[in-house]
Order: sequence, then structure tokens, then C-alpha cells
Amino acid sequence: MTNAEITEKLKTLVPASILSVEEFRGDLTVVIRREDIVRVAEVIKTDPALAFDLIIDVFGVDMYRPGERFEVIYNVYSLAHRRFLRLKVRIPEEDPTVPTVTGVWPGANWHERETWDMFGIRFPGHPDLRRLYMPEEFEHFPLRKDFPLMGIPDSLPLPRR
Amino acid sequence: MAARNIEDPRSNAMLKALEDQDTTVAFDPLENTMILNMGPQHPATHGVLRLLIKLDGETVLATVPELGYLHRGYEKIAENATYHEFIPHTDRLDYLSPLSNNVAYVLAVEKLLGLEVPPRAQYIRVLVSEMARIASHLVAVGSMAMDVGALTVLLWTFREREKLLDVYDVLCGARFTTSYARIGGLQQDWTPRCTAMLNQFLGEFGEDVEEVERLLQNNRIFIDRCEGVGVISPEECVRMGVTGPLLRAAGIARDLRRDVPYLVYSDLDFNVVTAKESDALARFYVRVEEMKESASILRQALDRLPTGPVNAMEPKRVLPRKERTYTRMEELIHDFILINTGIDPPVGEVYHAVESSKGELGFYIMSDGTGHPWRMKIRSPSMTNIQALPLMLKGGMISDIVAVVGSLDPVMGEADK
Repeated sequence: MTNAEITEKLKTLVPASILSVEEFRGDLTVVIRREDIVRVAEVIKTDPALAFDLIIDVFGVDMYRPGERFEVIYNVYSLAHRRFLRLKVRIPEEDPTVPTVTGVWPGANWHERETWDMFGIRFPGHPDLRRLYMPEEFEHFPLRKDFPLMGIPDSLPLPRR
Repeated sequence: MAARNIEDPRSNAMLKALEDQDTTVAFDPLENTMILNMGPQHPATHGVLRLLIKLDGETVLATVPELGYLHRGYEKIAENATYHEFIPHTDRLDYLSPLSNNVAYVLAVEKLLGLEVPPRAQYIRVLVSEMARIASHLVAVGSMAMDVGALTVLLWTFREREKLLDVYDVLCGARFTTSYARIGGLQQDWTPRCTAMLNQFLGEFGEDVEEVERLLQNNRIFIDRCEGVGVISPEECVRMGVTGPLLRAAGIARDLRRDVPYLVYSDLDFNVVTAKESDALARFYVRVEEMKESASILRQALDRLPTGPVNAMEPKRVLPRKERTYTRMEELIHDFILINTGIDPPVGEVYHAVESSKGELGFYIMSDGTGHPWRMKIRSPSMTNIQALPLMLKGGMISDIVAVVGSLDPVMGEADK
């Protein structure tokens, strides 16, 4: 299945949800409207011509620009057709939320937790949205671009003697 | 329910026999569920994995893994380092197979650059990736056997692994933190001495694996502790995003070396090992068989190893050889530019994945055209495989936990990044 065929198929199945399609070095990235992500996920998982059934990764990107500051990228793989696909949603800074896809791919659970932990992007409907790596009392989001590389002093209280 | 036999007159008599002046079994102590904390400092969790286990008697009701005890923020470090500077950090991800991490990372960067390395470098990369797979599987097989009581196997597999580490030592001057691959090539060329050492290892390897198998295949304790333990259905594996030997032990033949070929794997002849049982024993044998396949790949790659350069002729992207940097003006300038400002990749985003010993190891790189990646995401197989651990442990016995964690073979350096 080539990139063009996938694009064509997606455009017939979910024409209103696709904002743009990018191709670079053979990798296909489809930008999806934020509110449609769960429906698109269901379609590409269940449609036999696509069958993207294996969730590889979900992660955030801080574009650090006004307006749609964050992006969440879904990397999925089709066992039947042996290929990858990237979905992308753009998220405004004022409302960093994306509907969860754990209902479609339960394996997205920890990846979404990691995205919440690192970027502060919430996933409404997620069954267990706790931080994955950082302690629960940590108030910052380390992979945001405005978080300094050396950390924030005293952001994690250390034991004193 | 563990309390169900308490009314049985025979077990009552047994309990009575256990009583003395210090111990009374007047009540059932196992009536309530209890929470057990395992790790992060526990010898059988293979690093700093922490499990919170809800128990009913000895039966596991639920498990909650907690990660983050080895979180070092490698994705943040990557955003603040040049592409070359990040190579040593990839050693510290899956520290049992640093060589294949190096290769996976540089392949992602080369995909971003659109760079093709010479055939000799590709074959050497296959060689080091397969050596890393054997070394990592040897630890996995040995430590899993140790976890269920067969310490001998660990000593034998570590003896074999030592021979591979000696090859690493001759090849790149380091046994663990190899940092061997370079963007557009390799740090050192493969030498005839490496070939001789690897040939000697391969000559002895088949017999040594057989030795391990002979010790375990009729071993009642080992079979009883592993067979039917930690079973997960293939559908659950796919739903949870499990990859690597675990997925293949569930009967799904997904191997990126065959399915999405990279390097020269499409020219090499190897089988994708699968099993049907999807239990700890099946995972053990999938790893053993994969080691044999890797040994066969190593023999083929050694036979076909072409001559020629190991670095691509791209002076603006590939670091020059050190001795030339010291003696030639042109190379000195390129070295200076590459070290200080980095390679100049195009704007774009790529994902490249390899089949590492644990599963799919992928690097996603988003470039803004500068010498530092704008975002780098490490897709670590251990993390997603641990996510399926609660499903494998549910309904099992508490003593099976070590066998299942051993069969999962997690490396926390990779899971916690």
C-alpha cells in the first residue's frame, strides 16, 4: 500500500477530518482535526484496507509558537499491510486537551500518560491519567520548551538532615 | 479464594499439626486481600522496576507497575545537543545492547538527511546489531533461568557474552558504552582480528547453546515454573502494543528486519521465530532460537562482508577521521563546523525503527533545520512491553511474578529514558 493509496482512502472515508497531508522521506503524516481524532482512529483501525491495529507511540511536541502551540502525534502500524502511519493533531495553548484514544488502542494508555507528564496535555476520558515518570507532586512539565534544561531549583523538595 | 479449604477436616488437621506454643492458626490470616510492594530495589525486577501487587492469598488480583526511577530526561537532553553529541547517550538506553541502539539512532538521522552509507558499513552494522542481539538475549535467557532457580545457566550465558564483549573491545575500544556508529558511517573499521574472534565465538556458540538447552529442556523445576505462566493472548498483545520476542511468542510473526527491511537484511536469509503458547517458556525458547538465527546471520554477513570505505563521502555531514583532522586544513574546518554547529539537516520529521532485542526501537526526529533536533522521541520497546505486564500476571501466583518479569526482559534504562 503506497502513501498515495492511503491518502486517497482516508479522503474517501473521513474527508472532513483531514486538515492536510504531509510527506517527507517516504513518511506519511496526516493532520487531523482535534475533535475528530477518536473517530478517525476507529476508522483506520477497523477498515480492512487500512487496518492500523498496532499502536506504536503517542507523544507531544511543543512547537512554541502562538496559537496552536502543541502537537500530539500518533504513530500506528498495520500488521496486515506492514507499514506505519502518523496522525497529528494541533492543540491550542489555552486548552491543551485531546480526546483519548485508549478506547480504540488500549496500548495508548501509558503513552498518553507520558504526554500528560511531559507536556501537560490532558486526555479527557483517559482511565488513569497519572504522571508516568515524574512524581505526582511535581508541578512543571519538563519537555515544554520554557522548562529550563537544568531544571527549576526547589521544584522537587529534597530531604534535609 | 485461599480460605476455601479451611473447613476441610484434613487441612484442619494439618493446621493443628503445625500449631505449637508460639504459633496458632485459630483464624484464617489470608482472608483479606493485601497490597505488596515489589521493588524498585529488588534483585528479580531487573533494575528499578516497581510493582504494586494486590494479592488474595498467593493469587495476584491486580498489578500496577510504577516507572520513572531511572528517568534521566534523554529527550530533553537530545533537544539541547547536536546530533553527534547524542550518540553516547543512546548507549545508556538499553544498556544490554548498546551497539544496536547506536545503529538505530544513526539510521534515523541518516533517514532525515537522506544519506546512504557504503555497503561495507551496512554489513558491519548488521554484524554489530546481531552481536548485540545475541549478547542481550544471553542475559535475558540466563537471568530468567536464574530467577526460577537455575543459577548455572546465568554463569554459562555470561561466559558466552564475555566473548562478545571482547569483540566489542577490539572493535571500538569499549565493552559496554560503545558509541560505535557515526552519522554516515562508523567510528572504526572492522578488522581481520574481529573476524577471527567472532568466528571463534560462532564455532563454540552452537555447542554452548545446546548445553544450556540440555540442562533445561528436561528440567522439571524449570518447566513447571515457566509452562503456562504469564499467558497473554495474541489479541491482547496487539491491543497493548507489545512488540519483539513477546509478540512472536504469542504467534504473531512481526519482525521489522523482514517486514520493513533496513540495512541489508533483505539480502540475508533468516527465519522469524514464533511460538504459539505465549507463556514464559515460549518466550524463553523464542529467544534461544533467535540467538541461533542471529548466529546464522552473522556467518552470512561475515562471508559477504564487502571491502571499501565505511564512511559516506559527505564531508559536510560525516565527521572526518581523527588523523586527517590533525593534519589537513579542509578536514579541520569540517570537524570544527560539525562539532560546533552540527550537521545542517532539512526541515522535516522522520521516524525510523529497528528490531532491537527487546522489540521495536524507534527514533522520531523533528528537525527545524538547525544543528539540534527540535524534538526527539525515543520509542522504547521495554516501556510498552511492561504495560502488558498486569495482564500477564493477573490470576497467577505470587511466585510466578519473577518468572514473568524475567520472560519480559525489561531494561529500565530504556523504559525510563
